[in-house]
Amino acid sequence: MKRAFPIFALITAGLLSFALYQALVVAPTEQTMGDVQRIFYYHVPSAWTAFILFFTNLVASIVYLVRRNLKADAVAVVSAEVGLVFLTVNLVTGPIWARPVWGIWWTWDWRLTSTLGVWVIYVSYLMLRRFSASTQTPVLASVMGIFGAACVPFVYFSIWYFRTQHPSPVIGRGGELDPRMAHVLLINWLAFSCFAFLVCWSRYRLERVRREVEETQALEALLETRSVR
Amino acid sequence: MSALSSVTAATLAKDLRLEWRSKDAINSMLFFSLLVVVIFSFSFNPTAEESRQIAGGLVWVAFLFAAVVALNQTWARELRNQVLDAYRVSPAPAVALFLAKAIGNFIFVSVLEALMMPLFVVFYSLRALGPAWQLIPAAALGTWALVVNGTFFAAISIRTRSREIMLPLLLFPISVPALLGMVEATSSILTGEYSAKFWIVLLAVYDVVFTTACLILFETVLNAE
Repeated sequence: MKRAFPIFALITAGLLSFALYQALVVAPTEQTMGDVQRIFYYHVPSAWTAFILFFTNLVASIVYLVRRNLKADAVAVVSAEVGLVFLTVNLVTGPIWARPVWGIWWTWDWRLTSTLGVWVIYVSYLMLRRFSASTQTPVLASVMGIFGAACVPFVYFSIWYFRTQHPSPVIGRGGELDPRMAHVLLINWLAFSCFAFLVCWSRYRLERVRREVEETQALEALLETRSVR
Repeated sequence: MSALSSVTAATLAKDLRLEWRSKDAINSMLFFSLLVVVIFSFSFNPTAEESRQIAGGLVWVAFLFAAVVALNQTWARELRNQVLDAYRVSPAPAVALFLAKAIGNFIFVSVLEALMMPLFVVFYSLRALGPAWQLIPAAALGTWALVVNGTFFAAISIRTRSREIMLPLLLFPISVPALLGMVEATSSILTGEYSAKFWIVLLAVYDVVFTTACLILFETVLNAE
């Protein structure tokens, strides 16, 4: 197990560099947008990866509530944190692309708005984790994880209807995706998923160690007060 | 089932009596939403046509903020003298306690809306151009959506540090679809430009999903140690 981590890290590094090469050199340049379109290979995979991680968070939350297994809770916190980072990458790369192409940084288009809505939900999940007493955190956070996940379809559906009713000035990227572009996109997604898994893995180990240290410290404090008496 | 309804009725009656005697929640909510109305009109200074466009959003934002005031007090009262711990060890179904609190809050917020609506109509010279009766199902479903999640998250937030500020931080993100539904339904009825049906159905589905989730998970939250 100890050797698996560096090996997987090496594979991920190789994959990420290959994906970078593919995205910047091999993929054809987009006709109207030019090179700025290449951010697409980072923008889209980071969103997909984030949603896989949020789904993992939901599953881990349910598993925790059913089994009361602290490992599931550690998976839940790790997946929410890393997922939020990837969704932030998505939300930051979006405006960088939008500025030269649409001429504006941000618009309240349904996709942007609903992604922001989901981002806000998971920020509040992490806020709850931070502000609750450590013994109750796993239960309260799992409940919040389930509520957040239940809310995601409502966010997408309501905002989609809201924005189709009031048409936005922005026209989505229509038409077919070039098969070579799709190929590069999938390679990037694979690389991003491996990278996310790698980060989650190391964050999970950190979380386990952190909890062990906390437990030991609590135990030591308990023993000390007894010896004083 | 009889235990459920009798415990619900008893807890609800107790809360209503407490509120009737103290009038804490309703007074603070009323004054708070009045302040929001006044501050909004200072900061936007709208004409009659503009206010018809923005009134839906304004009314519901005012009610949402005011509801948080009442929701925060829901469980705080039970913390004194360890009442909540007594509930926990008693054989009364936890769901009954939750239902009583949610229905109580629903009554408080509905009373607030009934009292504040005439004021909004006068201050912003509102007149519905669409079918006005649809405001009643939209308001009822919207209020339930706020209150059911609010009561639930209030039970979570009293277990955190800085509990008063935690409730809106948890409640508002989850309420975004419901708030959008309420605002759009109200705006569509006031302007009469499009149908409110979709938004009322959306609110109904939202209510069913989240009421179910609250009822299933409340016992877990109550017993969280």
